[in-house]
Amino acid sequence: MFRWDIVWQFFFSSFIFQAAWTTLWISVVAQTCGVILGLFIALMRMSRNRFLSGPARAYIWFFRGSPLLVQVLLLWDGLPRIVPDLLLPGWAVIVIAFSLNEGAYMAEITRAGITSVDPGQMEAAKSLGMRYALAMRRIILPQAARVIIPPLGNEFNNMLKTTSIASVIGLEELTGTAEIFGSPTFTIFELLIVVTFYYLLLTTLWGFVQSWIENRLNPDRLTKADLKEKKSWSERMIGFGSRTGKGGGTLVSGR
Amino acid sequence: MSLEQANGSKAAGTNEMVRAEKIVKSFGHLTVLNGVDLSVKRGQVVVIIGPSGSGKTTLLRCINHHEKIDSGHIYIEGEMIGYREVNGKLVEDREATIARIRSQIGFVFQRFNLFPHMTALENVIEAPIHVLHQPRAEVKERAVALLEKVGLADKADAYPHKLSGGQQQRVAIARALAMNPKLMLFDEATSALDPELVGEVLKVMDQLAKEGMTMIVVTHEMGFAREVADEVIFMDHAVIVEEGKPEQIFDNPQHERTRAFLSMIL
Repeated sequence: MFRWDIVWQFFFSSFIFQAAWTTLWISVVAQTCGVILGLFIALMRMSRNRFLSGPARAYIWFFRGSPLLVQVLLLWDGLPRIVPDLLLPGWAVIVIAFSLNEGAYMAEITRAGITSVDPGQMEAAKSLGMRYALAMRRIILPQAARVIIPPLGNEFNNMLKTTSIASVIGLEELTGTAEIFGSPTFTIFELLIVVTFYYLLLTTLWGFVQSWIENRLNPDRLTKADLKEKKSWSERMIGFGSRTGKGGGTLVSGR
Repeated sequence: MSLEQANGSKAAGTNEMVRAEKIVKSFGHLTVLNGVDLSVKRGQVVVIIGPSGSGKTTLLRCINHHEKIDSGHIYIEGEMIGYREVNGKLVEDREATIARIRSQIGFVFQRFNLFPHMTALENVIEAPIHVLHQPRAEVKERAVALLEKVGLADKADAYPHKLSGGQQQRVAIARALAMNPKLMLFDEATSALDPELVGEVLKVMDQLAKEGMTMIVVTHEMGFAREVADEVIFMDHAVIVEEGKPEQIFDNPQHERTRAFLSMIL
């Protein structure tokens, strides 16, 4: 028998709020670290210096080539054996493993973004006396961002759901919470329904945020006057409308 | 480099903006510059002409160290660009040094290479603010004046993709001028333009020449070369075949290859 009362009770309980918060902050922290890590791995990977590009290649090869679950367990079970005194809490292990893993994916996405920028841009920047780092920061990366943001949105969408892996080491994020409360009382199905809803809520909200970001990066943004005149609210917020070009997107997947 | 050569370079540096000595450059097996010498004095306008693949664009790019050279020396006001000498061997210079010299040389590209994520004004103020660390208000004032000078005062807030090719190239010239360069290099600045837009860019270049800017111009616009150049250089097959006053090159070319080239395009 399906217990609706359990669904409602759980839906508005502080446990699920707490769990959703855990899912959210782990995702945000791991994704942020992954983006930063990915940028540096990408720049290393693109370097002409082998001592930089070699390690970057190996890094990407390892973290994209083995399952995240295995990487989590390697860190969880293996770290205490390598460094016995180091007892990291579960959330730290999860954040580290997710960040390292995400760094590899973001490195490839970032590299694709940087490669997509016309080489003439770097030349123009350098002809104006800019050094590599300044040219990257001011000229190349802002343009690469337009290519990076849509897949980055997908990555974060994935990240929100991948956090469920944290349940295997007992972390009380959404999935783990459902298991902890559901298993002893045989109401896991009801609780998973609630959890599913919360995942959808998070990914949908993220879809809105992403569309907003993508539109900010749109070269058609032009001046404030243009914005008022040419774009409706829906066009700006979620990318729906007749306007062609970059910056559109559907609600959930963020593409 | 012998002492004598060093002195020669230094002494000439007083009035000499660019000096290139025996530049050799190849891409794989293809030699694109085969011992090219060049001397450009302050305030001079030198126009380089020649058929496609003759090496003229590569020569220009070497002067800004956009291309590495295999051998030879290039000096900007007596200072070697791109390389320094260590125990008689040339090694590539530090990035900061190359960047500093480049910041004094304006480069105008065939394909404009404006920064598409910035407005015309932002394109112009970018380098003075972030490379020269000049105060924003002051730079902005100068940038507005420069855009006015190239006839684009009303386009300051437009993004490059909303501008025509001719307008983009004029913004690119303004962007280069904002750095107060002592030398301007033009790499086929009008070749990517629709014919009706060529004139507006040439006009700006002409005006710049009249104001005394030192310029090296690679172009196919022979009318411009004849009108504006102090000296015309004809290049073919990786070498300078002939150089002289425009009248001399255009009306009385000494070499067969120059005559053949001019008869083909004039």
